[in-house]
Amino acid sequence: MAKSAVLSTSIGVGLATGLYGVSFGALSVSAGLDVWQTQVLSLLMFSGGSQFAFIGIIAASGMGSVAVGAAVVSAWLLGIRNGFYAVRMAPILERVGLQKILPALLTIDESTAVATAQSDKRDQRKGFWFTGLAVFVFWNLATLLGAFLGDAIGDPATWGLDAAAAAAFLGLIWPRLKEGQSLAVAALSMVVAVILTPSLPAGVPVLVAGAVAILFGTFNWLAVKDK
Amino acid sequence: MILDIWTGILLASIAVYSWKLIGFLVPSSVLNRPVVSRSAALLTVALLSALLGIQGFTADSQFVLDARMPALAVGAVLLWMRAPFIVMVAAAAATAAIIRLIVG
Repeated sequence: MAKSAVLSTSIGVGLATGLYGVSFGALSVSAGLDVWQTQVLSLLMFSGGSQFAFIGIIAASGMGSVAVGAAVVSAWLLGIRNGFYAVRMAPILERVGLQKILPALLTIDESTAVATAQSDKRDQRKGFWFTGLAVFVFWNLATLLGAFLGDAIGDPATWGLDAAAAAAFLGLIWPRLKEGQSLAVAALSMVVAVILTPSLPAGVPVLVAGAVAILFGTFNWLAVKDK
Repeated sequence: MILDIWTGILLASIAVYSWKLIGFLVPSSVLNRPVVSRSAALLTVALLSALLGIQGFTADSQFVLDARMPALAVGAVLLWMRAPFIVMVAAAAATAAIIRLIVG
């Protein structure tokens, strides 16, 4: 692919991702975080799923130590897939020592997807860097815009922002429901979390659902064959 | 131990970043075992689904069915029609907002 083609793909992906950065910013402020806290999440955590999880638990459970702790652990566990992306990107980028620090930050769904869709190593590297940087810039600008919007509109429920937060999770799950096993885990996790919510400290039911997934993964219940 | 929101934000950011760095540092044979990659993929699905359940069907730690349920149904239809993420989220918000405006 020509340089301009990789670049335009990257900018397109960056813009599309940036759009839902607006919803992150607005939802984060409606969850009770201020504009600075919201912005720091997008700058440093820079991983949509983990960021939505963090503010989702704060929105549902407040800012007590247990809720914040559960938010930290959930965000951390949701970041695990980025580790697998990094494994795929390492041999393409061939970085040594401290040179790994920046590409690690930019290793996310989008940069890995665009990079691995290219056919030669030069384009793969361009795809990674252009997309990673484009998403970083647009995601952060959009977060700021969303945070100010969220600040300005008053009661979030009037505008359906609580429903928007739930819909955001639905949108993040949707592409991952590929077969019976993931569908079963999704349904079971949702039911387990809702049933346990009245009786466990806020945020903890999400972690119990995570344990269910590890059981399914370890014993490969309802499974597809190992490759 | 008191875990305030700023400490939580910084801890969580470091924790999420740590996976990315680990992926660049460990030999690929460790993370590429089927049981590890399968569990990681299912873990992502489970955490997001649990959050969907709590965000969509609870309020103040109780099970609640309200305007969020039809909003999610609209979102699901739009996802099935391959609508972009932002369109789907906005439509879900609008659905809940309109229902609340009418029902009060």
